[in-house]
Amino acid sequence: MTSPIPPGTGSADAPAPYAVPRDVPLWSIFLTFLFIGAISFGGGVVAYLRSSLVLQKRWLDEEHFLSALGIAQALPGLNATNMSIIVGDRLRGVAGAIVAFAGMTLPGGTMVLVLGVLYAANAHNPYVNAALVGVGAAAVGMLSAVTLQIGRRQLGEIVNVTIIVVTVLMVSFLHISLVWVLLTVGPVAVFLFRPKKGDAPVERGPGGVS
Amino acid sequence: MNENLSVFAVFSLLSVLAVGGGAAVLPETKELVVGSYHWLSDDQFRDIYGLGQVVPGPNMLMVIVIGYHVTGFTGALLAFLGFFLPAGAISWAASRVWDHFEGSPWRRSLQQGLAPLVVGLMAAGTISIARTAIDGTLTILIAIGVFAGVYFMKKVNPAILVLGGGLVGLVLLSGTGAGMPPG
Repeated sequence: MTSPIPPGTGSADAPAPYAVPRDVPLWSIFLTFLFIGAISFGGGVVAYLRSSLVLQKRWLDEEHFLSALGIAQALPGLNATNMSIIVGDRLRGVAGAIVAFAGMTLPGGTMVLVLGVLYAANAHNPYVNAALVGVGAAAVGMLSAVTLQIGRRQLGEIVNVTIIVVTVLMVSFLHISLVWVLLTVGPVAVFLFRPKKGDAPVERGPGGVS
Repeated sequence: MNENLSVFAVFSLLSVLAVGGGAAVLPETKELVVGSYHWLSDDQFRDIYGLGQVVPGPNMLMVIVIGYHVTGFTGALLAFLGFFLPAGAISWAASRVWDHFEGSPWRRSLQQGLAPLVVGLMAAGTISIARTAIDGTLTILIAIGVFAGVYFMKKVNPAILVLGGGLVGLVLLSGTGAGMPPG
């Protein structure tokens, strides 16, 4: 399993490797992620992260961003919080990871707790309930749209469609526990996409969902 | 078992199962919270999921509200820590060893294989919420309207569409007793 392109080496005329900034202050990491955490509505966190970290702050180049995103997606946890931890860690180690995570979750966490306390106190208010029925229905529309946006690229391939259908059947209709779904479908799916002899050299960055 | 301990245990389990993000672990969250532990009713789960949609940041921050419903502010904190610490620690550790596997062809296999699994889990999450949220013509129309808005008008902030759905519900449903707990 040797890499055809050892990381960190480039030919002499290639642009200088993007140096990870060493002197990013912790408060700056915290405020940046606090801002992303406060404005990212509706599951579009990845787009906000890219625009802020790669384009505005220039803390990461595109390649490192995609590699961090690949890790965040392949592992358990939410993309947004995994990304904040990975990027914070690359900038300032454990302390950076902690402040980035805190910034990302503080605005939404505080707001949802306030709403939750108000909701608990108004559980029998007909106006609150009517509004929440509308919000719930709207959430279904949003979830289907996001699922289709992410899954659209996979609908052309029979292997992908089969994995999607089997997963939905197991979870939604046979009510099999997620542990067993991950332990059975996961390895089979990875095996179906196993490396084949004569594959082109591995490209960097995720080939999966975005 | 102590309720606080259960809250922490349930959300820690969900944390390590959340491969592919929040929507992927949604059906299992509902199964455990509503089905196994009876912490919430179907309707409460739908409502709390809705609250998660209208705040910024990851919408699975709604686990805080679930914890609050079980044991108050302690439960809120434990649900938050349970849901975010284990996965966070795994990501942190993995990002430090990941570069080791740079160029391994299995890395791409992992990403390609998990992608359709995650889409399947997201679809299952949608079905799980739809089973309680879709009830009658008006909710179907709201869902279709928001779907079209999110799918075709990428510039529009999805939270505004979700709040719009709430407004429609408030205006057209508040006389009907929709969403009220039985009894």
